[in-house]
Amino acid sequence: METLDQLVQEAEADFAAAVDGAALEQAKARYLGKSGSLTERLKALGKLAPEERREAGAAINRAKDAIERALEARRTALREAALLTQLAAEALDVTLPGRESVTGGLHPVSRTLERIEGLFRSIGFIVADGPEIETDWHNFTALNTPENHPARSMHDTFYLEGHDDVLLRTHTSPVQIRAMQDHVARHAGSEHMPELRLIAPGRVYRVDSDATHSPMFHQVEGLWVGENVSFADLKGVIADFLRKFFETEDLQVRFRPSFFPFTEPSAEIDVAFMSGALEGRWLEIAGCGMVHPNVLRFGGIDPERYTGFAFGMGPDRLTMLRYGVNDLRLFFEGDLRFLSQFR
Amino acid sequence: MQFSEQWLRTFVDPQLDSAALGHLLTMAGLEVEEADPAAPDFSGVVVAQIVEAEKHPNADKLKLCKVEAGTGELLQIVCGAPNAAVGMKVPCARVGAVLPGNFAIKPAKLRGVESFGMLCSARELGLSEDHAGLYALPDDAPVGTDIRDYLGLNDTLFTIKLTPNRADCLSLTGVARELAAITDVPLKQTLVDPVAPAFDARRAIVLDAPDACPRYCGRIVRGVNAKAPTPEWMSRRLVRSGIRSISALVDITNYVMLELGQPLHAFDNTKLEGAIHVRFPREGEQVLLLNEQTVTPAADTLLIADERRALALAGIMGGEDSGVTLETSEVFLESAFFAPAAIAGRARAYGFSSDASHRFERGVDFDLARTAIERATRLVLEICGGEAGPVEEAVAHDHLPARPAVRLRPARARRLLGIDLDDAGIQSLLERVHLQVARVGEDFHVTPPSFRFDIELEEDLIEELARLHGYDNIPAVAPQGGLMMLPSAEDRRPVWDVRHALAARGYQEVVNFAFVEDAWERDFCANERPIRLANPIASQLSVMRSSLIPGLAANLVTNRKRQMDRVRVFEIGRCFERKADGEPVAGFHQTLMVAALAAGSAQPEQWGERSRQIDFYDVKGDLEALFAPRQLSFESLSHPALHPGRAATVRLDGHNIGILGELHPVWVQGYDMGSAPVVFEIELNAALASVLPRYSEISRMPAVTRDLALVVALDVPVARVLQVLREAAPGVVREINLFDVYHGKGIDPDKKSLAFRILMQDTQRTLEDAEVDAAVAALVRQAEVVLGARLRGSGE
Repeated sequence: METLDQLVQEAEADFAAAVDGAALEQAKARYLGKSGSLTERLKALGKLAPEERREAGAAINRAKDAIERALEARRTALREAALLTQLAAEALDVTLPGRESVTGGLHPVSRTLERIEGLFRSIGFIVADGPEIETDWHNFTALNTPENHPARSMHDTFYLEGHDDVLLRTHTSPVQIRAMQDHVARHAGSEHMPELRLIAPGRVYRVDSDATHSPMFHQVEGLWVGENVSFADLKGVIADFLRKFFETEDLQVRFRPSFFPFTEPSAEIDVAFMSGALEGRWLEIAGCGMVHPNVLRFGGIDPERYTGFAFGMGPDRLTMLRYGVNDLRLFFEGDLRFLSQFR
Repeated sequence: MQFSEQWLRTFVDPQLDSAALGHLLTMAGLEVEEADPAAPDFSGVVVAQIVEAEKHPNADKLKLCKVEAGTGELLQIVCGAPNAAVGMKVPCARVGAVLPGNFAIKPAKLRGVESFGMLCSARELGLSEDHAGLYALPDDAPVGTDIRDYLGLNDTLFTIKLTPNRADCLSLTGVARELAAITDVPLKQTLVDPVAPAFDARRAIVLDAPDACPRYCGRIVRGVNAKAPTPEWMSRRLVRSGIRSISALVDITNYVMLELGQPLHAFDNTKLEGAIHVRFPREGEQVLLLNEQTVTPAADTLLIADERRALALAGIMGGEDSGVTLETSEVFLESAFFAPAAIAGRARAYGFSSDASHRFERGVDFDLARTAIERATRLVLEICGGEAGPVEEAVAHDHLPARPAVRLRPARARRLLGIDLDDAGIQSLLERVHLQVARVGEDFHVTPPSFRFDIELEEDLIEELARLHGYDNIPAVAPQGGLMMLPSAEDRRPVWDVRHALAARGYQEVVNFAFVEDAWERDFCANERPIRLANPIASQLSVMRSSLIPGLAANLVTNRKRQMDRVRVFEIGRCFERKADGEPVAGFHQTLMVAALAAGSAQPEQWGERSRQIDFYDVKGDLEALFAPRQLSFESLSHPALHPGRAATVRLDGHNIGILGELHPVWVQGYDMGSAPVVFEIELNAALASVLPRYSEISRMPAVTRDLALVVALDVPVARVLQVLREAAPGVVREINLFDVYHGKGIDPDKKSLAFRILMQDTQRTLEDAEVDAAVAALVRQAEVVLGARLRGSGE
């Protein structure tokens, strides 16, 4: 008769030979089943003398534990093997492209306008809007540009058939007038009129069309009116804006004397990059100045008490500089091959 | 305005090179647009004289010249120019010279004869396009002199862009005055001694419109030779100022205008009759102008006339019949001041502009007329000979521009500019630009000179100060302010959210022109009376759009031509309509709209999805997502742009806010759009409103669902069925969702089956079966009664 140790070894070998769960269960039955060899030995215990029985029983139980451990180990091994097989079968080609749904994007000039809004909002500017069909009064007269003023010849204005006194706004500056009037009306009763800080982005129109001019283009007007707003503040805000917008300190900003009927003193703002493709070239990007006292008056504000600065910049130009676009017309042609580059 | 640096330096000569000088002018507000060299680079070319010229022994068209070129010996040079002749003075590139284009002159053999240099045409020196022959120099040109010195070619031509307020800089004197002020270098004024009259004849002058012309000087000069050549120095300066040399008399008037800023006119005195009148036109009067244009001057156009007829448009252009010619021997010179308001805009109304009108409408020094006429007289006598009569001057002193003193408060100037400049500094800067400054208490009273037309307000003086102090010297400071947060409305989202939401669903933003073809308005909007531009740049950009959709359709067409078939685009822009009580501009409605268009396959072609064309419900889903969680409703619509069976009005909170639909097949075909695109157009304002979330208690009780399939007539809209069910639903019904629509086998051809999932729940207790069954039965009953529906599978 085999020893218990031999029996355990045999069981371990049997279990190891079992290739799947069913075979393992059959092998288990041979040892631990109703008539399994170990079960038989347990049954035989009853025939032994009580003093022998105790020792033999303990030995059989040790053998039984060993066999059960071997069984459990084999079960785990088989389960793991089965899982591995399943996982292998389920493997995907991870290089197949993902299920695609193309996203669209904002127009490149919109990207610029969103950044401009964000930068100016961060120092307390609100965003104002005004009509694109505008009155001659708002577009010119209230901006200190009376009939026959030579400055009117600088704008080639689109007029509407059958109307002498309305036009397509040639700049976003008329929003200044509307915003000042609103601001004054809103604070009419109060002792202290709060500062007015706004930008007004929008479309403007001029009779002009070539590689660098579009009959419709964008402008961003800026206005800050308060009790102590100075030209030095204007320089500070613009220089700060340009460095933040282009995300570089590597930028020169120059204010050059100029003339606009609605500001005085007036300046053109030029920037020059100190590196890159445009290094060292002065590029005109905005006009600005201290709001002319007549304009403040048209807006209902006392120029003795309040001063202000205004600027008008070209976001199309800023977009071209920022992204290296070389033809203004691309912005208005709706060509998806161009527009989709700004997603 | 264009001028020569050399000429400018005869008035003021700061120790600066051309680039630095240009920068200073720019930074003073006289923007230098261009600074071009007068001649290209070349060297080693001198004035030479041809001493002998014989036929080349071996070539018919070549000449063998002996040339004196300042070397002390005669140079033998072979030359092919037809005009080469003995005695002629010409530019000679000696051996060692380098001509434009880096062309080096070396000893050469031409047809067997040695040649030591090259005689040059103007083109070979890059001075003009003239290549007909050698550049003939004046007889008095000194042999051996470097041609660059002789012709003053080391010169820069500046073009400055003057702003309309700086008419005082439309002359060399004006620019020099400015340069002297900013560099603090003395100005050499042109001193003009009056010419003593040699006879007494004069022509009377009558100022009929003294407010338009308060000063007019005239003078007769007799015995002039109009054919006398213009001196080289004068024509050179004119040409370098961009003015063609015409004849001595005309050149002199132009020269004085450039030098001093006073436009002049020279009449042929023998063609005038009686007194000169400066007056407004009479009915039907005509003038034949120097540019050969005949105009019938408008009532507000000032004329120069004699006693017989109108001669010229005052301050704008002279007449063809009364001007000087090469035959003129007796000149009547005009030097006048015309008020800017009397000239402004007039030339433009006749479709041209002139150097004179450009200056007068911006403002010419009203004290300059006499100086200028004396200067011109002197030049006429010098160049054309003759003798001059007395200057006849008519002045209406009361009508000359006033120059009242302008108050300047130094403290205000410092506050407005943000600079720290003391009173003495302010005074000295103002005096540099010839402003008279008087101290009155704390203030300065500043009187502008007669040549400045732009100083009427304190701000005008502050601008002068800023300019002279230097914009670069004004600090750039971070502004100080009371820190107040901006309001932030949560029930309104920024327009950027709409843009990003549409982009996330695959739409690319475009920006289309607001003016469109009128055919688009007719076809897509049935708009027969669009808002029309009076002056469109092109006929296809002539009317203001009332919808964004045609522009998007055009984007589809152009992109299809570029082989992009899957197109999803959107635009946010204004649409324009007539509306009598429009706000804020009466007569017009100008609403910001958001519109989108989708065409082509629903998804890009890919391995994991079956290809499918976009349809109405894709775009409807995009639109609903844009508004979620707010619920839109839709009703059938008839619209000229849209397929009549696939078009809807979009409603929100009981208001129409836009449209949704498939483009009408007629336009899809007519405009070659390929497959039918689906579009929507919504008022932007509606899309910006959003809702503030509001918590409602979450039920802990189990929910019960029941499915319900109703068969209804094919033409009953789902929205109607949902409405009936929701109205009939007892309180426990939380949601009713459509999850299937079936039409086909097993159902009457004129019926459809709609399957709904009903979700029921109570917040306080578990629902009982009987309650659930009763709720469903109530829904079914109502559908049967109101819609004629029946439960599917409940027998025919």
